[in-house]
Amino acid sequence: MLGKQAFFRHSVFPQAGGMRSTRQNVVCRKGTGLASLWRYLLAGLGLAALLVGVLAVVYLTTPHSAQTVGPDVSRTKATDNGLFVASFAPERGVVRQGELESWLLTLKTKAGASVEGAAITISGGMPQHNHGLPTSPQATDYLGDGRYRIEGVKFTMSGWWQLHFAISATAGSDTVLFNVVL
Amino acid sequence: MRRLFCFLAMMAVILAGCGKPDFSDAEKKTIASLALNTLPSLKPDTTNRFADVPAAAALGSTLFFDVGMSREGTVSCSTCHKIDRQFQDDLPQAVGVGHTNRRTMPLAGVARDPWFFWDGRRDSLWAQALTPLENPLEQAGNRAAYAHYIKARFGERYERIFGPLPDFSGIPLNASPQGNDAEKAAWNAMSDAQRDAINRVFANIGKAIAAFERSIEPAQTRFDRFALDLVTGAEPKGDAVFSREEILGLKLFLGKANCVTCHNGPRFTDNGFHNTGVPPVPDLPPDRGRVDAVRQVEADPFNCFGAYRDGDAGACGELRFMVKSEPELVRAYKTPSLRGAAGRPPYMHAGQFSSLDEVVAHYAKAAPSVEGTSEIHPLELSDRERAALVAFLKTLSD
Repeated sequence: MLGKQAFFRHSVFPQAGGMRSTRQNVVCRKGTGLASLWRYLLAGLGLAALLVGVLAVVYLTTPHSAQTVGPDVSRTKATDNGLFVASFAPERGVVRQGELESWLLTLKTKAGASVEGAAITISGGMPQHNHGLPTSPQATDYLGDGRYRIEGVKFTMSGWWQLHFAISATAGSDTVLFNVVL
Repeated sequence: MRRLFCFLAMMAVILAGCGKPDFSDAEKKTIASLALNTLPSLKPDTTNRFADVPAAAALGSTLFFDVGMSREGTVSCSTCHKIDRQFQDDLPQAVGVGHTNRRTMPLAGVARDPWFFWDGRRDSLWAQALTPLENPLEQAGNRAAYAHYIKARFGERYERIFGPLPDFSGIPLNASPQGNDAEKAAWNAMSDAQRDAINRVFANIGKAIAAFERSIEPAQTRFDRFALDLVTGAEPKGDAVFSREEILGLKLFLGKANCVTCHNGPRFTDNGFHNTGVPPVPDLPPDRGRVDAVRQVEADPFNCFGAYRDGDAGACGELRFMVKSEPELVRAYKTPSLRGAAGRPPYMHAGQFSSLDEVVAHYAKAAPSVEGTSEIHPLELSDRERAALVAFLKTLSD
């Protein structure tokens, strides 16, 4: 904004007649007051150009993400009623978009004991896209130490995914939501 | 005054320089992920042990183009999947023996799909290939007749690949659980062993055609040359140089227009099913998309859980973890690849839109779905932006 004002103040000021006399001064007698006006004009233009350049650099290097604050993507958290501590991580360590993958859900009590024999149901989707998961992941195996294999997880697009687990064990039932951002 | 002109000219040069392709790191990463060079090599299909057997692919190729593979000897796979037209037919709905209710899908990269047809009613390429053979509107044949035909025309070739053909004594000339009343009655009169023998020959026909179709892969386009240069930092040359309009289109594709959300990866598809509010075609039978296909793929004896799969059930993850009953399956259709799309109107599952301009207009308007809920949201796109998106899509065809 400031750059534009500066530009107009300097460029609009010398009117048609003024311009003519400026040219005469430039040609005939350098260093007069009107010639310095010409310098102001150039300086103003230069400053405006500089500002446009700086703004362009700032605009072009700023990440163009609409979402400045992302959802909580922690892989370990207490379940909603605090009954368990749940961890959710891809079994092979990396997430590959578009592939059926196995993840591990690890369930511990607050005291750190493994939760065994839990019944787990999974739902989820993409809150910004009005759709659920492209697959129906299931807990297919108990691997010991509170670790459950969740098979059939597939993220078909980049963005914000949610996986919701309903957990039922001898200690009681609880739920937990994990966000996965690709 | 001359100095002023000089200065303005310099400014113009500087500002013109700003119009060169300038993508954020995130955009560059996405562009790289769309380029064809990131397409992994084709995985083996363990459910079809003949998938990479050259003799099977050769027989499959013969069968693909053979009009003998139909009730009246008039229609082959290639009738609709035309080799010189990206293996599609340019029609809003395919015409085989009769007029179908769906657009023919192109075949480039088809072997990479987890689901087949617009609604995913088959779960393997070989199971897919069997379906038009018995559809009364497509090739309109029946599996007993196909088995007899294979024995008569290609018996020796078949046996060299798949082993001995079964004993055909007592096998009716026409019989199928999918056929007309007479064919169904004939099928039901056969013994279990006879039905299994015919099903096995039929499945092998599909496996041979699938082996051939695995060779149909997408070709490099202008976009891929542009993307490769952008990512490697090389100076684009020749047709790898994008116009300002194409760059704007690409930026919209990745950003404001959200196309890349579903059209992602080197094939420009998430292989998923979505309701995007595409209107039904008047006078066609009711079409509810994915929601009705779930029962069909579950009931298909040639699905991954069936007796005709090779290898172990570990390959059946897609079927095992399939979404079966969510409301979003209503009028959900497969995300098609956009590679080559500019060269094959009309668009959508029943050829609803005759040009890419109409497609872009549909996604900008985002009208609600006649049934179920559309996943897309209205979008403010200027005429210039719409034209830019279309210009970019054309770079996926050149």
